[in-house]
Amino acid sequence: MMRDIRIAAAAMIFVYSPICLLAQKKPEAASPAAIAGSKEDPQAVERGAKAYAANCAGCHGPKARGNVGAPDLIRSLLVLDDEKGILIGPVIRNGRPDAGMPKLNLTEQQISDIVAWLHVQTYAADHRTTYEFLDVLTGDAKKGEVYFNANCAGCHSAAGDLRGIGKRYDPFTLQGRWLQPRGGGRGARGGEAVQTSKRAAITVTVTLGSGQTVSGELVRLDDFNVALRDAAGDYHSYTRRGDNPKVEVHDPLKAHTDLLSKYTDADIHNVTAYLASLK
Amino acid sequence: MAASALAQDLTSRELLKPPADMWPTYNGDYSGQRFSPLSQINDKNVHQLSLVWASRFTGAAADRVVIKSTPLLVNGILYFTSPNNVWAVDARSGQELWHYHYPPNSGSTIGNRGVGIYGHWLYFESPDSHLVSLDARTGAERWKVEIADPKLDYTSTVAPVVIGNHIVVGIGGDHLDNPGFLQARDPETGALQWKWNTTPRKGEPGIETWPDEYAAAHGTGQPWMPGTYDPEQNLYIVGTGNPNPVMAEQSRKGDNLYTCSIVALNPDTGKLQWYFQVSPHDTHDWDAAETPVLFDGVINGEKRKLVAQASRNGYFFVLDRTTGKRIVSTPYIETLNWAKGVNEKGQPIPDPAKVPKPDGVLVSPSSNGATNWPAPSFSPQTGLFYVGTSRSWSMYYLTDTDERPEGWAGLDNTVGNYGNALLALDYHTGKVVWRHDWFGGNGVVSNLSTAGNLLFTSNQLNLIAFQAATGKILWHASLMAAPSAGPISYMLDGRQYVVVAAGDGLYCFALNDPAP
Repeated sequence: MMRDIRIAAAAMIFVYSPICLLAQKKPEAASPAAIAGSKEDPQAVERGAKAYAANCAGCHGPKARGNVGAPDLIRSLLVLDDEKGILIGPVIRNGRPDAGMPKLNLTEQQISDIVAWLHVQTYAADHRTTYEFLDVLTGDAKKGEVYFNANCAGCHSAAGDLRGIGKRYDPFTLQGRWLQPRGGGRGARGGEAVQTSKRAAITVTVTLGSGQTVSGELVRLDDFNVALRDAAGDYHSYTRRGDNPKVEVHDPLKAHTDLLSKYTDADIHNVTAYLASLK
Repeated sequence: MAASALAQDLTSRELLKPPADMWPTYNGDYSGQRFSPLSQINDKNVHQLSLVWASRFTGAAADRVVIKSTPLLVNGILYFTSPNNVWAVDARSGQELWHYHYPPNSGSTIGNRGVGIYGHWLYFESPDSHLVSLDARTGAERWKVEIADPKLDYTSTVAPVVIGNHIVVGIGGDHLDNPGFLQARDPETGALQWKWNTTPRKGEPGIETWPDEYAAAHGTGQPWMPGTYDPEQNLYIVGTGNPNPVMAEQSRKGDNLYTCSIVALNPDTGKLQWYFQVSPHDTHDWDAAETPVLFDGVINGEKRKLVAQASRNGYFFVLDRTTGKRIVSTPYIETLNWAKGVNEKGQPIPDPAKVPKPDGVLVSPSSNGATNWPAPSFSPQTGLFYVGTSRSWSMYYLTDTDERPEGWAGLDNTVGNYGNALLALDYHTGKVVWRHDWFGGNGVVSNLSTAGNLLFTSNQLNLIAFQAATGKILWHASLMAAPSAGPISYMLDGRQYVVVAAGDGLYCFALNDPAP
C-alpha cells in the first residue's frame, strides 16, 4: 500500500542541537532472539550496530529512541513501513536538509547494515518474548539464608535436594522456579509448564459411599468428574454429585503457593541470592 | 428492494428494544447486562435441557478457528466470527449458509468479538484494522475502509457497535506505543464521522497528567472491546486500555488520562461527557476494557442510573452514569496487593513499591487480571452482578530501564494462583453474596443470566447452569472444547434456545418437546 511520504517526513522534522555533536560510540546490542525473529543477517546487524553508533547515535540516541531535536526512529512511520531500505536508504543518502539532517557519506553496505540494525530494534520493541531480563541478584544472601532456615528448611535442605542449585539455573530462572516449581519459566502471560519431579505430583483420595478409598495421581477434576491413576497404573474415574464421593486433593507444592501472600519483595530477592550462592 | 426484504431489515427500534427472537448486538442489547428476559427454561426444568444441534466450522487453511465472538441472532440466522472469518448459520439447524474469509494479512489473530448489524449489513473488524461491511444475506463484501495502520502494530478485535447513524469502532494493539482512539463511521460508506483520542493532545484537558505531549500521544489506551449505550442520556460508555510503555513508568509519570478509564461519549459528536479512571498510572497491563454494565438500581432508598464494572485490576466499581461519580469501589479478590486503598474519588492508589522492577516485584493479580474481557452478567431479577475471577500472582519485571522505554518494556511471570471462582456480587456494596470455586480451568469466563433464575457459565469443558439467586448447580453438559465466548438465549417458534461458542463449534440447547 502506498503511503503519503509527507506524513513520515513531518514526523522526522527536527533541528540540530549541540547535543547531537556528542557522539555515542558504544554499539547497542540486540537480543539474539530479536535478531533471529527479525530474520535479518546477524553479521549485517553487528556491522550495522557499529555504523549506527558512529554515524547516527549522536542525534538519534544510542537505541534510536530519539534525542533532543532528533526523532525516535523506532516509532517512525517511515522506519516501520520500510522494507529492505527502500524508504530509509534515501533519507540516509540525501539527508533532510529542510529538517536539519545532514547528508551522510556512507557506503551502500553501511546503509543496508544500519537498516538491518534498525529493523531488529523495531522488531525487538514489538516482540516482548524477545526481551531479556536484567539482574535479579540484588538480595542479601545472608538474610536469605535466615529466611530459608525459618520457612523452607522443613522440606528442603541446602546440602540435600538443593545442593548445587545455583549452578543448575541462571538467577532469573532460579527465582521463578523456587517461587513456583510448577511454572516460573519466562513468559509474558504465565510461564511455560516446566518439568517437575514426581514428588510434586498432585494426588487425590476418593472415598466412596461404601467407605472404600481409592488414591493416586490426579488426572482430572471438575464439579462433575474425578479421575486418577493409582500406584499400580490403573485408571479410575467417578461421577461427582455434590460431595459424593468425597474427594480430597493433596498438592505437595501448596506451601509454595501459601507463601505468596507472606513474602516481601526483599524476602524473595534475598532467598534468590542465597540459593544462587549454593554452587 | 422488495417489501418483504425490507421487513427483515434490522432497525434502530430492534437495537433499542430487542424482541425475544433476536440477539442483535454483542451483549444482546445496549445495556451490557447479558440478561435474557426469557423464562421458558428455568431453575425448575433446566435439568431437562438437551442438545439440539452442534456444528463445527473451518476457516481458511492457516486459521485455527477459536470462536471468541458472541453470535448475533437476527431473522433466525446466527452471525459470528473468528479473526479473518465470518459465518452465517441457520439458528434452527446449525447449517452453514455462507462463510466470508478476509484475505491473508499481518494482523494479530488474538481474537475477534463478533459483528455488528444494521439493515441487512454486517460490520466486521479485520486483524489488520479494516472495517468491512458485508451483505448479511450473502456474505458478499460491500466495502472496506482502513481504521488504523497495521504496520504500527494496531490490531482490531472489537465487535462494532451500531448506534443510530453511527458504527462505533475501537482498536487494539499495545506493542509499539501507538496512539489509541475510538471512531464513528458512516453505516453506508464507512466514511469517518468523528475520532476521539484516548489520550489528550496539546491544550486539551488531561494533558497535565502526562510529562509532555509526546508521552501522551504515544500513551496508547486502546479501547479494544465494544462498549455499552444509554439511549436516555445518549451516552456511549466504554472502557479504555492500558497506557504505554506498558510496564515502564519512567517516561510517563502522572495519572495518564484517559487510559484505564470508563469514559462516556456523545455518540453523535465523539465528545467526552465524563470519565472515571479505574487505574491511575497503571503499570501492570490492567486495561479497563471490561464491559461497563448499565442498569438502574436503588442506592440508599434512591433510584439511580448506574454503571458497574468488575475491572481487570481486581476492583469492582459502581458509578452514577449521569455523572461518572463513584458509588462503590471495592476489591473483589482478597489477594490484591498493589494499591494503598482508594482516594476520595474512589480510585485505587497505586503502591509505588509494586511498579515493575528489574529484579521483580510480586503482585496479585497477574497481567491477565482478576478478570478480563469475558462477559460479566447482571440480573435485575436477583440484583446480582456475576463475574468470572482469578486470584493469580505474578513477578513483574522491568526489562527496559532506558529513559525512553519502548513497547511493553517489561514482562510478568505467573508464580501461582489462589484459585479461580465465579462470584455473585451485591451491587450496593460489592460484597460477595455467593461464590463457586473451581478446582481447575480458567476462571475468567463469560456469563449469561436469565429470568428463569438461571446463570449460565462454564468451567473447563462444561457449560453449566446455576440457580442465579443461590449459586446451586442445576445442569451441565461437557462439550468438545471449552466454551470460548458468552452464551446467548433467544426464542424461535415458541421455543427458548441457549447457544454457546466453544473452540471451533457452536452448541445449541433447548428443552425437549413433551412426548408426542
